[in-house]
Amino acid sequence: MPEITYVAVDGTACSVEVPLGTSVMRGAVFNDIDGIVAQCGGNAQCATCHVYVDETSLDALEQAQPEEEHMLGFTAADRLPNSRLSCQLKVTGALDGLIVHLPERQY
Amino acid sequence: MTAAARPTRPESVVVVGAGQGGFQTAASLREHGYPGPITLISAEDALPYERPPLSKTYLMGEADESQLWLRPATYYVRRSIDLVRGTVTGIDPVARTVRLADGSGYGYGHLVLATGARPRTLGVPGAGLRGVHVLRTAEDAVALRASLASARHAVVVGAGFIGLEFAAAARESGCEVTVVEALDRPLARTVSARTAGHFARLHRSKGTRLLCGQGVAALHGDRRGAVTAVELADGRRLPADLVLIGVGVTPRTELAAAAGLAVGDGITVDSRLLTGDSHISAIGDCAAFPQVRSGDLRRLESVQNAVGHARLVAARLTGAPGSYEEAPWFWSDQFSTTLQIAGHADGHDEEVLLGDGPRAFSVLLFRGGTLLAVESVNRPVDHLAARRLMQPGAGLTLDEARGEGFSLQDHVANRSGGYAGSVG
Ligand SMILES: Cc1cc2nc3c(=O)[nH]c(=O)nc-3n(C[C@H](O)[C@H](O)[C@H](O)COP(=O)(O)OP(=O)(O)OC[C@H]3O[C@@H](n4cnc5c(N)ncnc54)[C@H](O)[C@@H]3O)c2cc1C
Ligand code: FES
Repeated sequence: MPEITYVAVDGTACSVEVPLGTSVMRGAVFNDIDGIVAQCGGNAQCATCHVYVDETSLDALEQAQPEEEHMLGFTAADRLPNSRLSCQLKVTGALDGLIVHLPERQY
Repeated sequence: MTAAARPTRPESVVVVGAGQGGFQTAASLREHGYPGPITLISAEDALPYERPPLSKTYLMGEADESQLWLRPATYYVRRSIDLVRGTVTGIDPVARTVRLADGSGYGYGHLVLATGARPRTLGVPGAGLRGVHVLRTAEDAVALRASLASARHAVVVGAGFIGLEFAAAARESGCEVTVVEALDRPLARTVSARTAGHFARLHRSKGTRLLCGQGVAALHGDRRGAVTAVELADGRRLPADLVLIGVGVTPRTELAAAAGLAVGDGITVDSRLLTGDSHISAIGDCAAFPQVRSGDLRRLESVQNAVGHARLVAARLTGAPGSYEEAPWFWSDQFSTTLQIAGHADGHDEEVLLGDGPRAFSVLLFRGGTLLAVESVNRPVDHLAARRLMQPGAGLTLDEARGEGFSLQDHVANRSGGYAGSVG
């Protein structure tokens, strides 16, 4: 299973194995990692699963679909060039080693 | 104990019902730093879970129940949220205790009723036959999924969101589907005629039979008690080996009523979501609360409403009182079409259509020149802009909406200087 690392605002990192086919959001929620709210359950409706993808991991990702792109305009913490919705990041082998930083707040 | 210690902070919070609203109350209390005991009482076996997938992906997929959980078991342990399995059978508002079916009891400083709603049943002969389902809980969904695996003719009674979402899933799994609706169109109580018409055409184009203006007289079964047919009011019989009753829900108000609290269509609360007893709040599907514009009491059934209510109550209990003014929003998925609604359409007298394609459009609904709601079909960007527009201060006139080349996104961007910031 691909390993994904979630880095909290205070710098604490937590690495977990996340099943293929799920999402980076589920990986956080199922492992009880703070900082991802995911109110809409992964439907690109709420923007409360916002993450900043580590610069070293950006190449592993596919581009955001328009829906995600627009929803990113509604994040509670600043939107940055490396902002993504973790529910829209499907876990594939290419994501092994992905590092994401959690924002200060989700709503 | 010192008498002056923080009067706004109750010594313990008991939440009845661990659905979307109950879960969020406990979660938000801890996020706000509430240090006292939290007891979350659940009549259901499963860990708190989300319901929307029950009528959508969960029905189709192989996904197991844990995919529906809002949080894993460790979440509750780490935050000292005492998740109790049991059914609350009575409230004593004087002693401030709740009693459970197994005889145990819990004292509360503050009580939050998040009991949700139960599906309405069909008062016709045969409603108890095997193969006749409702859909509210994970348990219902498991039974329905098992039935669907072998069903050939499904009849759905009621063309509301749950009925139509199930109809789409059943059609996609290869079942023959007939939807019977008593009113003259689907989604009659919740969306405009234009949007309803779109969904009627969508379902028909996928091969679903949609019979509107039709009542159900009886359900018939074989000797072994399994459903075989649905008899319509006009005497016609539709073959059926699976029937889903999707005719709406009734709020679970009996605990509140027995405790002497005011109850109508829902437990009556004020704009702070407090009942007449200052130690008891009610939230989510079971609560009738005053609407911002009209002041009318009304119940809403959506994830956003339950979560929004929960957050407000948690904020109040930790010393940040406020009134509930969030604009409602809702979504539904049927086949690959997404409907999103912002606001609440109540007797609109004007509508403006945006978008030119038949598969993607938004309908803006106005009454007396005021924007009430925006329904977006496959136009998520319009929906997001509409949610922003529903917030206090933002506005849109009928003339503006009718202007040449009007776009919701541009309008919102011009008003608020961009999208930055959060939406509820
Ligand atoms: C199949 C389905 C699909 C849906 N799809 C969508 C959607 O796409 N979008 C959307 O916005 N909304 C959707 N909804 C609506 C949304 O799920 C509800 O509005 C929301 O769950 C309401 O939350 P709640 O906490 O008020 O009630 P619930 O989630 O119903 O939770 C109430 C809980 O209280 C428990 N309870 C009741 N009485 C007692 C008692 N005496 N003791 C102990 N426990 C008790 C119940 O067992 C239940 O678990 C859907 C609902 C269903 C059923
Ligand atoms: S979980 Fe709601 S947008 Fe990702």
